Amino acid sequence: MSKFLLMVISAVLVKNILLAQFLGNCPFQGTSKKMDTAMGMGMAVVFVLTLAGAITWAVQTFVLEAFDLVYLQTIVFILVIATLVQFVEMFMKKAMPPLYRALGIFLPLITTNCAVLGVCLLNIQYEYNFVNSVVFSFASAAGFGLALVLFAGIRERFAISRIPKSLEGTALGLVTAGLMALAFWGFTGMVKG
Amino acid sequence: MSITPIIIAVAMMFGLGIVCSLLLAVASKVFFVEEDPRIAMVEEALMGANCGGCGFAGCNAAAEAVVAGKAGANVCVAGGPAIAARVGAAIGQAVDLDAEPKVAVLNCRGSYRVNERFDYQGIQDCRAAALYWDGAKECGMSCLGLGTCKSVCPFGAIEMGPDHMPVINTNLCVGCGTCVKNCPHHVLHLETLSERLLAFNRTDECVPPCRQLCPAQIDIPRYIRYIKNGMPLAAVETIKERNCMPLSIGRVCPHPCEDACRRRFVDEAVNINHLKRYAADIEMYQGPTLNIRVARNTGKRVAVIGGGPAGLSTAFFLRRLGHSPEIFEMMPKLGGMTRYGIPEYRLPKKILDWECQQVVNLGVPVHYGKKLGEDMTIQSLREDDGFEAIMLGIGCWTSSAMRCDGEDLPGVFGGITFLIGQGLNKPLPLGKKVVVIGGGNTAIDCARTSLRRGADVTLLYRRTRKEMPANMIEIVEAEREGVKFHFLAAPTKIYANKDGNAAQLEYIRMELGEPDASGRRRPVPIEGSNTIMEVDNILSAIGQRADLSFAAKEAEEYRVETTKWSTFAANEQTLQTNIPFVFTSGDVFTGPQTVVKALGTGRRAARAIHLFVTGQEVTAPPSELLKPTPEALIPHITGVAEEPRAHMPELTIAERSLNFKEVELGLKPGQADRESQRCLQCGNVCFDQSAFDELFVEA
Repeated sequence: MSKFLLMVISAVLVKNILLAQFLGNCPFQGTSKKMDTAMGMGMAVVFVLTLAGAITWAVQTFVLEAFDLVYLQTIVFILVIATLVQFVEMFMKKAMPPLYRALGIFLPLITTNCAVLGVCLLNIQYEYNFVNSVVFSFASAAGFGLALVLFAGIRERFAISRIPKSLEGTALGLVTAGLMALAFWGFTGMVKG
Repeated sequence: MSITPIIIAVAMMFGLGIVCSLLLAVASKVFFVEEDPRIAMVEEALMGANCGGCGFAGCNAAAEAVVAGKAGANVCVAGGPAIAARVGAAIGQAVDLDAEPKVAVLNCRGSYRVNERFDYQGIQDCRAAALYWDGAKECGMSCLGLGTCKSVCPFGAIEMGPDHMPVINTNLCVGCGTCVKNCPHHVLHLETLSERLLAFNRTDECVPPCRQLCPAQIDIPRYIRYIKNGMPLAAVETIKERNCMPLSIGRVCPHPCEDACRRRFVDEAVNINHLKRYAADIEMYQGPTLNIRVARNTGKRVAVIGGGPAGLSTAFFLRRLGHSPEIFEMMPKLGGMTRYGIPEYRLPKKILDWECQQVVNLGVPVHYGKKLGEDMTIQSLREDDGFEAIMLGIGCWTSSAMRCDGEDLPGVFGGITFLIGQGLNKPLPLGKKVVVIGGGNTAIDCARTSLRRGADVTLLYRRTRKEMPANMIEIVEAEREGVKFHFLAAPTKIYANKDGNAAQLEYIRMELGEPDASGRRRPVPIEGSNTIMEVDNILSAIGQRADLSFAAKEAEEYRVETTKWSTFAANEQTLQTNIPFVFTSGDVFTGPQTVVKALGTGRRAARAIHLFVTGQEVTAPPSELLKPTPEALIPHITGVAEEPRAHMPELTIAERSLNFKEVELGLKPGQADRESQRCLQCGNVCFDQSAFDELFVEA
């Protein structure tokens, strides 16, 4: 159990996908202007990434490794994730209309989110088993959501602050992301490895 | 190197692709959600930009709304008519391509006072956060100045102005309403020109005291702001949304607005009326003449009886709403009492001519020399000429009787008859010694006119100067020009000379008794104080009545109900009479009143007629502000530096002698600029712009 706890803390704080691994910066900047949007995006990523982690682990184990095709990993994962997202979207539209409406435009946006692909590749790299993969994927996504929500909280305050013209918008967003990343580096050493 | 791995890789990807696509194909079948096929067609026709300008969440939602009938084919505000036509084709619906555009309007003058009507929408709209940076706000509903509207506008049509208020670029605004939905204080709204023309002051609106008191409800702070910013034509355009005769009104209005001006707590009221004249004079003398915007033709014909201010106002606004009014005027020229009742030295005829022409130029035919009851009746207009509605604005053209012996003698004229003769350029013969009876504006007009014709004029009034209903400025001018006032005196009998003409007036002295219903003290005759004075002419200007003799010629079902004051009985707020298609306005409804009041009722009648001819229920304007709001009537103001009121240059007494030259000469440009800056730009409760500026020094 403590192994899982450690893994979760590591994924959420120490190896935060956004602020320590620097993956998925484009939705980080794009969907963090409002708290509502950030929450929606965070939820959608948690949902998709957990599923993607499971599916890609299966694909890796039962297809790529079984047939000795590991060199096709990247391209296969992209294809699988994209199909998965499309499939999930259709399924939710039919079966869970309220959730579909809540996640709305964010679901298709994740299709090409490099954080998702990155975590799936990391699962393989760390040689996790199925359960570990799913937990790690979920935790990474939660870390993504946490960073996004924190960031949105900061950015909302920009709206009422006096910002020099040249720093408005993404410029100050990147500076802020950098400072947040520094803060998250403070967690390094909490968990070994 | 072997080719096998390449084949395997390609085969693998191909196979995986097939599997995935099959999976999705099956999924799309299994999870198919029933959707109206038209939604897809409409979505196809839309631009697919998902800009949200229409107010729906993306083009798909907009398409759904169109198919569900919740939005029109012109839903896509960014796409314009071309897209609307495509959407219309997709759902097989005719598209109203010329639909009147809506634009966003800010209904706030900027105040640092805020507390109620506030929806929390996140920190960028947070009042507490605003307070932290910018200090206290006090008005319950004013603009926070946080620029939420600017940030949400999908078309970049909103900028934050120097006073931290949004400035809406009407050329870029497509009327999508995103700013309206996002404004946390509801101070933005959308409206079309027609809606603006039809609007009356509302209880839930921010209305400054001047505008509450103006009988025509002109947006006074707005037009003064335009003058201040050097845009006199925009000022005239603003005025003409309420009042089609700014040149005339700018000269003759008794300006009740100035009595309500908060500036009078500091020094003197802003010279509102003369600023209006200043802007209107620029349009007439320097041009260019305003291109008055008119809605699309509806083809609804309306007969407007009477070409006075009420009739002109009704015709003007009906025309601007796209209807086809026609004016029936019994006199040879338009203007009614403003032409025939107001002397040349107050309102030159060439100015009135130009102003009336502006109304005619919108496409309003005028039938001159047509009198109701003689040349046509309500019945003939309705049944033979096919007018859908009729507006009776026939005014008060008969002098009230003095009820004293000898008032029918030659040499005794009704004051209004005398002024009409003057206006027609057929002046009635006048002797050396003229007595005018009455204390209203008509009496003063008669007195000053007689004076200019070389007569020695005495004005007889049964109460004192304080009770005179005439405008104070008129009384003062009459005194300065040399009219002799005889207060507390009433005529009792007129004696004729041997030729049968009036020659002597017997009058009785009065004293003031108890106040009567009007609040003025009732004059009581002093027995035995009868005095006789020698006269050549007597002008009786004690009141005017409407001539309702035409009613006798109408069939029973076309007879309009009247009151005991010989005015038409009608609904106060809609001006609809007992006959549904007959409306009224002006003096014949209110009794003798000011020009501005007639203009105001004229627009009110236009609104009701618009509702009537477009098949809507004729109802009172929604939540109408009927009496001044108490919170607007604040007792004093602070923090405003004194600055004396601008006074209009005028002819000297000598220059006015024996001629009818216009007495008041108009504000000079420098004067008008300074005067426009005296306006505090009040809202309902806010006024202090200087404090507002200080709060925002840094930003």
